[in-house]
Amino acid sequence: MAAANKLLGISRCLLGSSRLGVPAVRTVMCPRSSRLGPGHIRAFSSEDKVTVKFINRDGETLVAQGKVGESLLDVVVEKNLDIDGFGACEGTLACSTCHLIFEDHIFQQLDPITDEEMDMLDLAYGLTDTSRLGCQICLKKSMNGMTVKVPESVADVRQAVDMGKSS
Amino acid sequence: MWGLSRCLRVPRGRLLLLPAGVQRSFSSVSPTPHICIVGSGPAGFYTAQHILRHNPQAQVDIYEKLPVPFGLVRFGVAPDHPEVKNVINTFTQTARSERCTFLGNVTVGRDVTVEELQGAYHAVVLSYGAEDKRELGIPGEELPGVHSARDFVGWYNGLPDNRHLHPDLSCDTAVILGQGNVALDIARILLSPVDILRKTDITQTALDALSQSRIRRVWMVGRRGPLQVAFTIKELREMINLPGTRPKLDPADYVGLEKASKDLPRPRKRLTELLVKAALEKPGQKVAANWAQAEREWGLRFLRSPLAVLPSEDGKRAARIRLSVTRLEGSGETAVAVPTGQVENISCGLIFSSIGYKSVSISSTVPFLPQQGVIPNSMGRVEGIPGLYCSGWVKRGPTGVITTTMTDSFDTAQAILEDVQLGALNWSEPRPGSVAIRELLHLRGIQPVSFSDWEKIDEAETAKGLAVGKPREKILDTEEMLQLVCR
Repeated sequence: MAAANKLLGISRCLLGSSRLGVPAVRTVMCPRSSRLGPGHIRAFSSEDKVTVKFINRDGETLVAQGKVGESLLDVVVEKNLDIDGFGACEGTLACSTCHLIFEDHIFQQLDPITDEEMDMLDLAYGLTDTSRLGCQICLKKSMNGMTVKVPESVADVRQAVDMGKSS
Repeated sequence: MWGLSRCLRVPRGRLLLLPAGVQRSFSSVSPTPHICIVGSGPAGFYTAQHILRHNPQAQVDIYEKLPVPFGLVRFGVAPDHPEVKNVINTFTQTARSERCTFLGNVTVGRDVTVEELQGAYHAVVLSYGAEDKRELGIPGEELPGVHSARDFVGWYNGLPDNRHLHPDLSCDTAVILGQGNVALDIARILLSPVDILRKTDITQTALDALSQSRIRRVWMVGRRGPLQVAFTIKELREMINLPGTRPKLDPADYVGLEKASKDLPRPRKRLTELLVKAALEKPGQKVAANWAQAEREWGLRFLRSPLAVLPSEDGKRAARIRLSVTRLEGSGETAVAVPTGQVENISCGLIFSSIGYKSVSISSTVPFLPQQGVIPNSMGRVEGIPGLYCSGWVKRGPTGVITTTMTDSFDTAQAILEDVQLGALNWSEPRPGSVAIRELLHLRGIQPVSFSDWEKIDEAETAKGLAVGKPREKILDTEEMLQLVCR
């Protein structure tokens, strides 16, 4: 059951290739695009490009383009964006390192969050009301031009995360 | 045993030659900051990764006691949690960098001292983790049938030191003292259908023992209450949904908790809600069906502190655990359990103490706080010793998930980068780095295992696993590992 839950959690945006050429768990396909079959991924036109601004921990803005259906983690990996430690578990819902903070109006239109994603977000640093995991968010045309923020890691938040671990 | 086991593949004298890349460091043009990391677990690798990424000159060498890298990612993370092990891909990238060298099979504190490393490098980072266990300190702890969680986890994960543990799984009830994620890992491994474990990289020895196991019930015992459990929600949810297993939770423990958790921080609130739901609400159809058919069960016992392990009639093994009933003073995370004077026994043939790990000191020259089991530091800079740093569990204590260690290791790396950049760390004088240390090791009959050596071991393990439908079959014996790389 646990394995099935995990699969449900990660199947939203899975990716084909890993950074090391090891068989990967993620794929770029979101449910809608996967119905078209894998061939369609390559056939996207420029209209299917979505521009995303990432505000990095140091305040620097990184601008990258991804395709509709790709996850935000895919964009960071493929465009090699310099965000330290992003996506440690490679999109398998086993860590919270791809935590991103969204603008209110974008956050409202994101697909509903699963319990499994919430569970990992619970352990994220600097959690906000508009936080999600980048590996679970697939690009849509309506997201073009959106800004997402990489949370800073703050010492006092960290202590809250460690709660009870030493009991 | 160790002296004989080291293979002397390289002819004497050859190690004294300088590899091309290292000679540069002796030239006066641009010295290289040589940084040494002790321990190749997540803390070591994340520290290395951050330094290499943000200082284009730095040379980082990672020393590891075992012939194989990755520490608790290999030997701690449960075999049925392969997703967490994906971090190995990034670590592998780091290790393959031209500016990173892995030296396995080298025990710092025995084969080479911290002072020798400090002499050879501009900076030394201690990230050797918490390899010791906390003792229960109760009578009967030494009886057969009582194990530390650490040893049991090491056993099913193929840690060479624990390969002869042979836990006796012929009883029907096991008690785990502790309510953290390690306790849940052990409960899950004991209760999971063997067919699930068969597809993981759990050792064949453990698989054989578990397929003969008669354990039907696992109790996880905590000194404090349901609002103080230390495990995280993902692991709890997994346990609740474990096929063939049902939770045995006493409703009385959970009544009224939801109200009490209302104003708690989100992680604690959601965790409590899930506990309450599992204990008090009628499950959905699918879960209900699983619970109804389940032949195995697990439960949480609160407000119980261990007093003694009681032997069987023949005195030969553990048969019961005596617990002191406690009550809480104060509330929330800081609540303290105090004994009420009442006692209670649980019959069980197997007892695990899962009350935490502990770091040890590896050198009398490095300050160490034995009480907390950490090296005193600020932002990873070891107090009073310029050029010495720490990261991971030896820096902050054995708590947190992989994200916690990552962030903490980046902090230490950041401190080093700042010290390199702002001159607090003097690296204008060249240091020989691993060249000098290899010489010392050679004289002492120790042959380090390189990262490409590890890749040979990795290949052998993966091939062995493939033959039986597992991602890998770990080699349990360091001798065998060393023979593989000596060919």
